[in-house]
Amino acid sequence: MTDFAGNQTIIEVVYLIASVLFILSLKWLSSPSTARHGVWAGELGMLLAICGTLLHHGIVDYKWIAIALVIGSGIGVPLGLVQMTAVPQRTALSHAFGALCVTLVGSAEFYLRSPNVPGFLMAVLSMEVILGGLTFTGSLMAAGKLQEILPQRPLTYKGQNFVNLLLLVAAIVVAVYLVLNPGAKQFFPAMLGISLVFGVLLVIPIGGADMPTVISLLNSYAGLSAAAMGFVLNSKLLIIAGALDGSSGFILSVIMSKAMNRSFTNVLFGAFGQVQTAAAGAQEAKSVRSATAEEAAAILEAANKVVVVPGYGMAVAQAQHKVRELYDLLTRHGVDVRFAIHPVAGRMPGHMNVLLAEADIPYDRLIEMDEINGDFPQTDVALVIGANDVTNPAARNDHSSPIYGMPILDVDKAHTVMVIKRSMSPGFAGIDNPLYYLDKTLMLFGDAKSFVNNIVRELSGVHA
Amino acid sequence: MQANLIDALFIFILAAFIGFEVIRRVSPLLHTPLMSLTNALDAIAVVGAIILVGEHKSNFATVLGVIAVIAATSNVVGGFLITDRMLKMFKTSRPTKS
Repeated sequence: MTDFAGNQTIIEVVYLIASVLFILSLKWLSSPSTARHGVWAGELGMLLAICGTLLHHGIVDYKWIAIALVIGSGIGVPLGLVQMTAVPQRTALSHAFGALCVTLVGSAEFYLRSPNVPGFLMAVLSMEVILGGLTFTGSLMAAGKLQEILPQRPLTYKGQNFVNLLLLVAAIVVAVYLVLNPGAKQFFPAMLGISLVFGVLLVIPIGGADMPTVISLLNSYAGLSAAAMGFVLNSKLLIIAGALDGSSGFILSVIMSKAMNRSFTNVLFGAFGQVQTAAAGAQEAKSVRSATAEEAAAILEAANKVVVVPGYGMAVAQAQHKVRELYDLLTRHGVDVRFAIHPVAGRMPGHMNVLLAEADIPYDRLIEMDEINGDFPQTDVALVIGANDVTNPAARNDHSSPIYGMPILDVDKAHTVMVIKRSMSPGFAGIDNPLYYLDKTLMLFGDAKSFVNNIVRELSGVHA
Repeated sequence: MQANLIDALFIFILAAFIGFEVIRRVSPLLHTPLMSLTNALDAIAVVGAIILVGEHKSNFATVLGVIAVIAATSNVVGGFLITDRMLKMFKTSRPTKS
């Protein structure tokens, strides 16, 4: 007995140390110079926590634990080595795995304890299973859309929001019934099933441009469900880790929503894509000016200050390494090149920063929207690569535009604007961009990667 | 039971506040690594799954537990690995090599 108690104290102390390491880990992430210490602190905390857990006196069988740990590591390594362009879908997939773990443990706990589940515990357990279930399927859907296994366009139908709301209410009703009658085992699968279906239907109507918000929200749900699991298992460490993850996802969701000038409910129940397609057709008649790579190279070379605005199109075309060559050449010619990063550029928070860092572009050249917007009037050339809505001046001055009020990068204030774009087809949200019809705008039609490559060749050819 | 519960709520609320204050300071530059790191830390749920497997209270619970341990472990390993890979790439300005 005393031996057990002694072990238990050691485990609790180890968990305490792990909790502190987790908090330090996130604290060190605040700056790129200390960020890697953060990863090491997190790893150490995780290792301590897992080793501590293995001392738990109730554990009678280590074989299956070992097997599962080995298989899990085997799956984890390739998931940790994916290409940087695949990071958004990898992240969504890992939210799904985290939620799967929580849901399975919650289900097992229910069947082990039922019918002796106190009311509050059952309420938390229901929350764990509902949040876990919807995060699992919702994240799988998000990952599928990002990997383009599933259509990226929002899928909508009449009465969609009503159906979703009905499902959520149904899940909560079953949960309340289970709180009152924890012995009613037959209702548990219903609650789990409804939340799984709810997760699918929740993400179906969400388009690619809204993915940064949705991934953040799912991140938050994954954290909250883990915290709920901590309540069920009475594990302080799990509560702390879940709370940290939940607040991280929450903060990111708020930042993303603000950057799109929309509320959570609007993202979840708005189905962005379908509203605007009707408006796009009317303005085809306006004329645009286009330019060749040769002309673009000459203009860039003559400039003093260039701001590059990357977007999802750069990621799709895998153009970041060519962009880096362009950056090197222009910098060598004495041109001041910086990158303007919109918070929702790409498919997840911080997506563009990671891609450009991968291409070896120094991070002090990557400037946030609020910081760089004041500099556009003194910028000679704004080069937009694969970004659309985040540069649309209609968001600033057209009250009828669906994106009116969304903070944008003020590229239209630069002396010359160049836009690399495959064709004049409207962007993801189907909104026409008046930027393309300005007199100072030159359209560079082509694939982002090959067009940047052509500019690079022109620039290096002249000075060979 | 009731006392445990209140303790747990205290811990949750305080941790959420710490998380809020700490994460607010993370530069937007590092939002992607932030998400993959918190994801790895969140996989601490593996601890609960390990106990579930180890206690072997029923075959059903053990099977669910094994899958849960696999899912969480893949997040731990993959999450830390990719976070470190990403952070290694962030470099500050230096003379361009040619």
